[in-house]
Amino acid sequence: MAKFRKKKGSGQQAINTASLPDIVFMLLFFFMVTTTMKEVALKVQLKQPEATELSKLEKKSLVTYIYVGVPQKQYQGTFGSEPRLQLNDQFSTVDDIRNYIVQERESMRESDRSKMTVSIKADFDTPMGIITEVKQALRKAQALKISYSARQVNQVPM
Amino acid sequence: MGKRDVQEVNAGSMADIAFLLLIFFLVTTTMDTDSGLSRMLPPPVPEDQDTPPPIKDRNVFEVLINAQNRLLVENEPMELRELRDAAKEFIQNPLDEEGLPEKEEKQIEYFGIYPVTKGVISLQNDRGTQYQMYLSVQNELAAAYNELRNELAQSKFGKKFDELEEDKQGAIRDIYPQKISEAEPKNIGGK
Repeated sequence: MAKFRKKKGSGQQAINTASLPDIVFMLLFFFMVTTTMKEVALKVQLKQPEATELSKLEKKSLVTYIYVGVPQKQYQGTFGSEPRLQLNDQFSTVDDIRNYIVQERESMRESDRSKMTVSIKADFDTPMGIITEVKQALRKAQALKISYSARQVNQVPM
Repeated sequence: MGKRDVQEVNAGSMADIAFLLLIFFLVTTTMDTDSGLSRMLPPPVPEDQDTPPPIKDRNVFEVLINAQNRLLVENEPMELRELRDAAKEFIQNPLDEEGLPEKEEKQIEYFGIYPVTKGVISLQNDRGTQYQMYLSVQNELAAAYNELRNELAQSKFGKKFDELEEDKQGAIRDIYPQKISEAEPKNIGGK
């Protein structure tokens, strides 16, 4: 017995792991607070275009999204393979934009309504025709602040 | 019977549970903030509006993009990589040439009387233009303005434009106002 005890004494001490849960909880809360779940499920194929001179959209609550792109494979049977709009969770047409903007504007606080920004998230391969239509619809709906969503790169493809 | 110790719950697995939750949130979290090119659309044109007064030809920098993603700048075909310098030269008009835009003397804070260009960039695209190309052109034009602003900020205040105070940024913005106008689409019908 005496021999054993001696060996144990000279061996490495185990680190006290009692505070490990606390540390992990701290990390957990950090991620829980900062996390933002994806609000909508994308129904269109979206590969964002690239650009260098980007500015960040500051407040997420002020931003309204319009997705443009070719429907994903499983929806192509119903909606075809031409570029389509997605507002919220459903495929829409350009005529729906006006109601959508009005609706989104209603749900904002009054003081924020003038700062509303519409972010156009379009696939890089979309022809400009549909985007021009979207822009015209936005002008009619008086949503003039827009942002062309893009990915930051160092050099645009020439 | 008599005294019995209250049994403690074994908290040894607490860490495991917390780890599990942590990993879940780590995986589902998306930290990316949305970024993009910000633009202001012009307000809708009323039906009964008169045609606006024509802008002198030398004050307009015409950029056309066709369905094959080719550029036509001031009636000359151009590659995308040349666009930035061409736009910069147009906005700045360093030698006061005849063919490039006029300048207007304006009173500007921090600078005094400063010649401000009257140039406007006009951008027009085809229905078939690829979105990436359109955005690249917008990007190059924005880059031209940003470079000019940065150069001016550097020479006047010795700092980058982004690092300046709000009112100094405003002064520089007055000197190089971002004037990119987009033509009204012509064939809006015919889906």
